[in-house]
Amino acid sequence: MEQLKGRIIYKGKATGEALVTEMPISFYGGVDPNTGIVLEKGHQLNGQSIKGRILVFPQGKGSTVGSYTLYRMKKNGSAPAGMINKECETIVAVGAIISEIPTIDKVDVCKIRTGDRISIENDTVTIA
Amino acid sequence: MELTKQEQAMLDGKEGYAVRKSMEILTALGDIFGAKNLIKVGSVQVAGVSYHNLGDAGLEFLNELAVDGRVKVLTTLNPAGMDLENWQQLGISPEFAEKQNLVIDAFKRMGILISCTCTPYLIGNLPLYGEHVAWSESSAVTFANSVLGAKTNREGGPSALAAAFVGKTPCYGLHLDENRVPEVHVQVNAELTKLSDWGALGYAIGRKAENKISYITGIKSAELDELKSFCASVVTYGAKPLFYMKGVTPGADQQPQLKEKVIIEQSDIKNAYDNINDDVSEIELVCVGCPHCSIKEISEIAELVQGKKVADGTEFWVATSRTAKQLADKRGYTQTIEAAGGKFACDTCMAVAPLKGRFKSLATTSAKGCFYSRQNLMKTKMGSMKECVEAAVTGKWNN
Repeated sequence: MEQLKGRIIYKGKATGEALVTEMPISFYGGVDPNTGIVLEKGHQLNGQSIKGRILVFPQGKGSTVGSYTLYRMKKNGSAPAGMINKECETIVAVGAIISEIPTIDKVDVCKIRTGDRISIENDTVTIA
Repeated sequence: MELTKQEQAMLDGKEGYAVRKSMEILTALGDIFGAKNLIKVGSVQVAGVSYHNLGDAGLEFLNELAVDGRVKVLTTLNPAGMDLENWQQLGISPEFAEKQNLVIDAFKRMGILISCTCTPYLIGNLPLYGEHVAWSESSAVTFANSVLGAKTNREGGPSALAAAFVGKTPCYGLHLDENRVPEVHVQVNAELTKLSDWGALGYAIGRKAENKISYITGIKSAELDELKSFCASVVTYGAKPLFYMKGVTPGADQQPQLKEKVIIEQSDIKNAYDNINDDVSEIELVCVGCPHCSIKEISEIAELVQGKKVADGTEFWVATSRTAKQLADKRGYTQTIEAAGGKFACDTCMAVAPLKGRFKSLATTSAKGCFYSRQNLMKTKMGSMKECVEAAVTGKWNN
């Protein structure tokens, strides 16, 4: 069991299977808000669902409407359970806060692999 | 970030749900970007108004905030997905209209002015030089920072709303003078002869000075409508929402010594047109007013369409604020444009209306308009007001 420390963007507790990408994510236009499936052509996660996962990605990108997309996903039940960023930016931060998705950043994300069972609790990530 | 007692109380929920949620957003952003404190803002411009972008979840979010959220400063609104009065004539479905009206009702309850324009500075929300504001809508943010010399970051819809409910924004980024220093010298050697050339210039500078603040020289003179168009284009195509233009914008008197230099030649302007324009001749929609037409632009359109007729199978839309339209009504411009078969699209525009699949091709004066219309699967042509009116009358684009 390994623990990593980060900075709280939105507090809370979440547990799930990690889904890791090295590419930034555009939630508006890049993810289907109904299913949670990544739609962006050429993206590492293209075709995969982020629903219920602990989504590990460097940061958000694209339109600021992306914050509302995360909120839509939360309401539709297709949002990630938690998010871990290398360096969080406005779109994801605002999206996490309004959707109340536990999110932290400034974590050494290289230590996390897709499929790892991980949990977030406030500023701490625990890899099982 | 350091909070005053009153700010801490807001964060603790003493002023209700909307203020608490707003403080959560503002303090998180402040912490991420290293702000030391919150600063008062003079006004707010809120984007994220079209139901097309918000969906039911966005509407629900706004309704939750509208329960106890009331704006503390002058707050204006970005365009909606339809003309709030005349939506039927623009072919908007009753289902969409019903949802869009619910969005507007939520904003009304918050105490926001239902201005529905991307040009708040033309209808009474005019920040002063050096004033801190919290605006969303990238073209208006760029205009406020550069042409007016006010100070704002590029906010998203929720962070702008948060600033309106608190009356403050975290002090980071473009609120700090040290972050408003030009980074690249852009020398313009090209001749600009029509409105759309300013959009093309914005494209060229946006691409060459990506994510940078430019100090632009070589512009002999500029008019309001030209700067309005340039602001929309330069930020859409990649620059930071702040530039300096020697002899035109405030704070540009002293030319700084900059290591990085970019030259814009006539060929760069031509290249911008080549990239923005698609191979298409039949035009189904002509839409001018991105950003929203000023009353002066409406007068030019009226003069150009006087006595002419929009072609069958082509629609001609003039996107503008309701305020400008009311002036046009009184002066008779509205009648002239409508007699020619043109339609006013107040409160909305081609970037936020639900147009996907309705039109295959677009002619416009706006480089930004072309960018967003491609997302709506339209082929685009950009040209002068005169060329656009010709396209409306003939249904064709003359190269």
